Amino acid sequence: MADVAEEAPSVSEPLDLVRLLLDEVVFVKLRGDRELKGRLHAYDSHCNLVLGDVEETIYVVEDEENDEEVKTISRKSEMLFVRGDSVVLISPQSRIH
Amino acid sequence: MENGAITQGEGKDPSGWLSEIIGHPVTVKLNSGVVYKGELQSVDGYMNIALEKTEEYVNGAKRRSYGDAFVRGNNVMYIAAD
Repeated sequence: MADVAEEAPSVSEPLDLVRLLLDEVVFVKLRGDRELKGRLHAYDSHCNLVLGDVEETIYVVEDEENDEEVKTISRKSEMLFVRGDSVVLISPQSRIH
Repeated sequence: MENGAITQGEGKDPSGWLSEIIGHPVTVKLNSGVVYKGELQSVDGYMNIALEKTEEYVNGAKRRSYGDAFVRGNNVMYIAAD
């Protein structure tokens, strides 16, 4: 309702960008060095997300006697609900380099 | 944020300045230390941010670039106009 009131271009507030990504494959950066790639099925104003066909990547620093090494752990889920407070960034997967 | 609706003199409140720099290149620093440089598309009352042509810097080194990026407001430390 509110976004109809003003003469609204398609992105007049930041969440409009997320709205445009519905049903697209998105890249999501989470707190704690975690990343998700999956199809965005739903979102709300808290950035709670429902993603399908998700690949989660976790970056872990292994300190083997100060020989710090970044390890990545990957896992897949069919469907995932993400609580909004852990979201840092959302971007269309197709335009990341 | 409750005062978001009360408009003060033009450009005299922080969010007024934010709306002035929409469309301009900005640097956004997050609490984690990660920096995003891009063109400011929009901001809302939570300080959620939409950026265009965004570059991500971790420890000063360029990590990735995003065509568009949504940044959740609670992570933002500052927004600087370049």
